[in-house]
Amino acid sequence: MARESVQPGLTLRGAAHGASLEIIASGPWTAAYAATLEPLVDAIAPGPKGRNMSVDMGGVGEIDTFGACLVERLIRAHRAGGDEARIVGASEHFRELLTAVERVDGGRAPAPKKARFAALEEAGRAIVGAGDSFVAFIAMLGALGDSLIRVLARPRAFRLTSVVNQLDRVGLRAVPIIFMITFLIGGIIAQQGIFHFRKFGAEDYMVDLVGILVLREIGVLIVAIMVAGRSGSSYTAELGAMKMREEIDALRTMGLDPVEVLILPRVAALVIALPILAFLGSMAALFGGGVVAWLYGGMSPYIYIDRLREAVSITHFEVGMIKAPFMALVIGVVACAEGLRVKGSAESLGLQTTTSVVNSIFLVIVLDGFFAIFFASIGM
Amino acid sequence: MNDPQRPIAISVRDLVVGFGDQIVLDHLSLDVRRGEIIGVVGASGGGKSVLLRTIIGLLPKRAGAITVLGVDRDKASPQTLRALERRWGVLFQQGALFSSLTVRQNVEFPMREYLHLSDRLRGEVAMAKLGMVGLGAGDAEKYPSELSGGMTKRVALARALALDPEIVFLDEPTSGLDPISAGDFDTLIKTLQQTLGLTVFMVTHDLDSLHAVCDRVAALVDGKVIAEGPIAAMLACEHPWVQAYFRGKRAREAAHPQSHPAS
Repeated sequence: MARESVQPGLTLRGAAHGASLEIIASGPWTAAYAATLEPLVDAIAPGPKGRNMSVDMGGVGEIDTFGACLVERLIRAHRAGGDEARIVGASEHFRELLTAVERVDGGRAPAPKKARFAALEEAGRAIVGAGDSFVAFIAMLGALGDSLIRVLARPRAFRLTSVVNQLDRVGLRAVPIIFMITFLIGGIIAQQGIFHFRKFGAEDYMVDLVGILVLREIGVLIVAIMVAGRSGSSYTAELGAMKMREEIDALRTMGLDPVEVLILPRVAALVIALPILAFLGSMAALFGGGVVAWLYGGMSPYIYIDRLREAVSITHFEVGMIKAPFMALVIGVVACAEGLRVKGSAESLGLQTTTSVVNSIFLVIVLDGFFAIFFASIGM
Repeated sequence: MNDPQRPIAISVRDLVVGFGDQIVLDHLSLDVRRGEIIGVVGASGGGKSVLLRTIIGLLPKRAGAITVLGVDRDKASPQTLRALERRWGVLFQQGALFSSLTVRQNVEFPMREYLHLSDRLRGEVAMAKLGMVGLGAGDAEKYPSELSGGMTKRVALARALALDPEIVFLDEPTSGLDPISAGDFDTLIKTLQQTLGLTVFMVTHDLDSLHAVCDRVAALVDGKVIAEGPIAAMLACEHPWVQAYFRGKRAREAAHPQSHPAS
């Protein structure tokens, strides 16, 4: 009986001699040829039972870990059948490598996880994850309230410098982009109003549409969504990176409360900045509406302002503004809570940042809905 | 080991590297022969890591020539350089493991990119590499964030060795390890170097490592190699910095055989 498989420069030949099986290997047994060698090894292994195997490595020119692993696989497969297997003719350098690979216990990669209930598992994990997010949100809200009370009792502990720094980042630097987006939104609402109301000859009512919609809902909502995407995500990423680099643990060991040092100033800055941004955004949207009314609808700016004065009351403005700090609180708390949930890997940082933005936008809209019901029922 | 007949693996000639006004390496020349373990020592911030990063091409140089395994970095085509990068492995100071991959996937990563192997063989080789650096199957499915400092270094070494490189660059391999782990790591490097026939370029501060594993030591002072040779030659060197480094209190303790974990 003889099995022979020949590839350029590579051979692995098996020949039976009585009770023993002789395998003769030659050629380069290196990583580059591993893909060719593997089927040769698997064709011979484990070899017929009841015969002792000897692998002659005399003809092998080069060997590396990949080749050594394949030789090891051949020998282990044969030994698993209860027979002897040994290597002969290997030079000293080869033997060292083969011994090093042999010493490694098992040498077997663990079987990959079964994907049978993968979808079910994922759904379960998602539900548990959502629950964890909710618990983290409530816990963060509580921790924030706790640290706020302590700061109120001891106002010197309040980190004003940090708040001012954050105000600059989330407030002042956000102004240009907020202006631009809300200006465009105001313009689009005005254009749609003019276009559709014109059919009824009622294009003047476009001003009511723009005024009420912007002041009550759109102004603050758009700004809150922008801030959640812009500042909430950066809070999560910052705190997450600090968590990964053990900076938060370092603070804790110095007897400082991370909520007081890092999170309270951030959330405070958001609560201050968001109403201001919402106000500026609403004004920019009204301005955008006016510009479109003038250029597209042919309404002079004086008439636009006069109509606006009649259409909106201070109540509309109040309804919009009251919501802003609450939305800021939700965004800040979600962002910080998710930031602290970051684990060690870069992937988890990305995951929590996504979760932070998605959850805070969702909660902002839900909150807006509750406020709408509330204001409707108190007649505002 | 410092046999002049051996071919040269890394040759650095008149290398100048600087950042802004600051010159870090000033006309530095150094040869590393195949199969030897060279240790580069020098003051903190003295440019040891800069030298390593320049040789592997992470930092630009201002002047000079670097030839690795017969390939001149300046004259080589991008394909040649890519092929060259397969022939070395790098152990970064912090490990630089990919945090979103498990230990086994980290070691498999270079194989997956460069070699066409079956999943089974890739797994077997990865487990063999992990076994060589002293990690068991129980650690293979852990993520880097779950590892201790010593384990991180071991995994990083296993990843550096994944493609059976000819040269490994080690940036402070024993820093942050306890003396016993550091000694084990020294032994490990020596064993692997003998088994796999590696050339090892090691930046280190660890006097024990220098004594235990290095065939040759190069001392980097003021951007130049001021002394190179076996540890005995360094002990005999007259340069004041080298004297202070190798004959200081800590150095004498390291040279003492009783406190020599890896000998």
